[in-house]
Amino acid sequence: MNIDGITSGVVIDHITAGKAMQVYRYLHLDQLECPVAIIKNVKSTRMGKKDIIKIDDATFDIDLDALGYLDPGATVNIIRDGVIVEKKHVELPERLTNVIRCKNPRCITTVEPGIDQIFLLTSKEERLYSCAYCDTERK
Amino acid sequence: MRHLLNITDLTVEEINELLALGNDILDHPEKYAHRLEGKKLATLFFEPSTRTRLSFEAAMYELGGHVIGFAGANSSSAAKGESVKDTIRTVACYADIIAMRHPLEGAPVAAAQVATVPIVNAGDGGHHHPTQTLADLMTLNREKGRLSNLKMGLCGDLKFGRTVHSLIGALSRYDNVEFILISPEELKVPSPILRELDEKGIPYREATSLEKEISNLDALYMTRVQRERFFNEEDYVRLKDTYILDAAKMALAKDDMIVMHPLPRVNEISTQVDDDPRACYFKQVNYGKIMRKALMLKLLEE
Ligand SMILES: [Zn+2]
Repeated sequence: MNIDGITSGVVIDHITAGKAMQVYRYLHLDQLECPVAIIKNVKSTRMGKKDIIKIDDATFDIDLDALGYLDPGATVNIIRDGVIVEKKHVELPERLTNVIRCKNPRCITTVEPGIDQIFLLTSKEERLYSCAYCDTERK
Repeated sequence: MRHLLNITDLTVEEINELLALGNDILDHPEKYAHRLEGKKLATLFFEPSTRTRLSFEAAMYELGGHVIGFAGANSSSAAKGESVKDTIRTVACYADIIAMRHPLEGAPVAAAQVATVPIVNAGDGGHHHPTQTLADLMTLNREKGRLSNLKMGLCGDLKFGRTVHSLIGALSRYDNVEFILISPEELKVPSPILRELDEKGIPYREATSLEKEISNLDALYMTRVQRERFFNEEDYVRLKDTYILDAAKMALAKDDMIVMHPLPRVNEISTQVDDDPRACYFKQVNYGKIMRKALMLKLLEE
């Protein structure tokens, strides 16, 4: 894999410096067979420092909600044959499905098999979400 | 198809329609005696609550319908490890409407995801109990004649009391309602609810003395301090008798203040108060049945 450029895949740019490993975990990149590059503390005129992740696989389907929840300032570049074909800005999603889990021990999601973990955005300013089942809030 | 999982699933207009229907049912029960003939209600009580179950069942019988169901986790499919969703999928084949009570919060939301018939939440843990709120609203509406312009006192366990939270949510959509929240420090209304009142600019005051506040109130909602909400017995014993309503305190209240209680009571309302014409908690039980009738009519005839 060429670190500078990938032919077909996804480049996640403008990740808040230090968050790359968290993004790696939330997007389940550990489960990928293809080459994945994590580049830390890259100089950025806008951010001072940033992290970048490159995924060298044209079939990779990125979970924008999970990324938006984790790092709403990140950008996603879709690369095909060496050129950027699409640039996506992520934002804090209104609804999160199976990204975070409810921590309320009295919530139905703790026992019901196969249930989707659904959270709804309740405060954009505070980045607060509440469980769609029991209303318990978490960031 | 509609469900009732949370009282705020209903708009103010819909609640007002239900209250009007409730009034008509109360005045002319015979008009409604056959309206749900051939319909079946399933009462799925994964945790026992005899009075709520009986209220739903009586309501359905009075509308001419039938009732099937189970009560108590031991006798239910849940004891065999069946999921809520599978139970609902199964029962939906037998019933036209389901009233469910479950010890876990949000269980009715999971049920509604797969239900092919309307789900009514008959209580999910410490979370919601919307048909109790309908009973509370009918009580205020009948006994005070209004749901706006009220000084509403809520007293006792305001932290874990879900009926209190739902009632605050429902009443805060009406004009000029002021809440006086009377509780021990340990059992105050949770901050997210207060934050919502602040955001909507709804007046409220937190207080610790029932005696000092009672003379100002138009209605007083008493709640039980539940043993199972406490981690240790000492805290329970120390707090349970703090707010007891008796004849002496009633003497300080307005002549037209009403006393409400979701029942069952333990000792937070002295039996001396029962014969006071301002005591409305047994009427509230009847209003609960009436509003369950109104609700089932609405959900099944829509
Ligand atoms: Zn939850």
